Amino acid sequence: MTTFYELMRDAVRQGRPLAIVTVLAGGPVGAKLALMQDGQTFGDLGDAGLTAQAVQAALPLLSQGETRTVNLTPDVTVFVESFVPPPTLFMVGGVHISIALAAMAKVVGFHTVVIDAREAFATGERFAHVDELIIAWPDEALAGRLDARSSVAVLTHDPKLDDPALRVALRSPARYIGALGSSKTHARRLERLAAEGFTPAELARIHGPIGLPIGAKTPEEIALSILAEVVKVARLGSRAEEGASSYATT
Amino acid sequence: MHEVIEAIERWLARGEQVAVATVVRAMGSSPRQVGAKMAVSSGGSMIGSVSGGCIEGAVFEACQEAIASGQSRLLHFGVADETAWEVGLACGGSIDVFVEPLR
Repeated sequence: MTTFYELMRDAVRQGRPLAIVTVLAGGPVGAKLALMQDGQTFGDLGDAGLTAQAVQAALPLLSQGETRTVNLTPDVTVFVESFVPPPTLFMVGGVHISIALAAMAKVVGFHTVVIDAREAFATGERFAHVDELIIAWPDEALAGRLDARSSVAVLTHDPKLDDPALRVALRSPARYIGALGSSKTHARRLERLAAEGFTPAELARIHGPIGLPIGAKTPEEIALSILAEVVKVARLGSRAEEGASSYATT
Repeated sequence: MHEVIEAIERWLARGEQVAVATVVRAMGSSPRQVGAKMAVSSGGSMIGSVSGGCIEGAVFEACQEAIASGQSRLLHFGVADETAWEVGLACGGSIDVFVEPLR
């Protein structure tokens, strides 16, 4: 018989979203239920009504990749644990910063993708440590791949590559969009995109100049400032007030 | 998660039994977030963490008990808490840890 552990193990290994609900108190302590994204379940909590309530409570949490305790009834507390694939950081540009950023992002827990149309930049030798190296135009490579947990760092400095990537990112639910370049470069970029019809509210989603202001100089330091900003937006949201700084904020 | 899974696979392949501890609730400042896991084998191996090292000793013992008894239990740890475990979190937060035999 398949165990809950085996279901979780295979889901994690194959990158399939899965939630496991465990009774913590007020019922059969330790009883479990596994739930797939399509609503398919495995096991039950010993009571049909309770099981149905658990499924209803867990499905939205699974779709958000959220893990927390839930009071199903005044008495029964369950733990809903979502196992979802790691979020993806897309780096547009096989540039020096991307080499460092991909390595750091991997350590922090991101799936890393580097995209560049220029084969001389996006070489397997420079990017052996990246999860996916895609040699294609960024708009083609990004199309259909961005979800609400995606982050996009646009790093080529070249409008021919940066702008198409930003167009796709701005039309997606990506939670972080950042673009490399000075304030002047960024202002010109915003003018170009505004001329194409993007609204100020849409353009405000772009973090530019990219990265937290830590005085970064080297490509590695710039990568660190970008990754810090990506994590900040993931944890605190885009509208987080400047200065909100507790790493343990819950 | 991959790291914990690979360790559990090694222990099971050796015929050992396994218990898992999971942070299910965290109040105030705490070093690990909800969902953080630690696994322990009947042979005394350990992987992962549920705190910054403050309560792992007590959780390790609880895991060994869970392996022996087959019972799951919910443990609470707080700062200067007069629990039977006599351990607390120096960071001032409190956490609930669910300990269960691997199922």
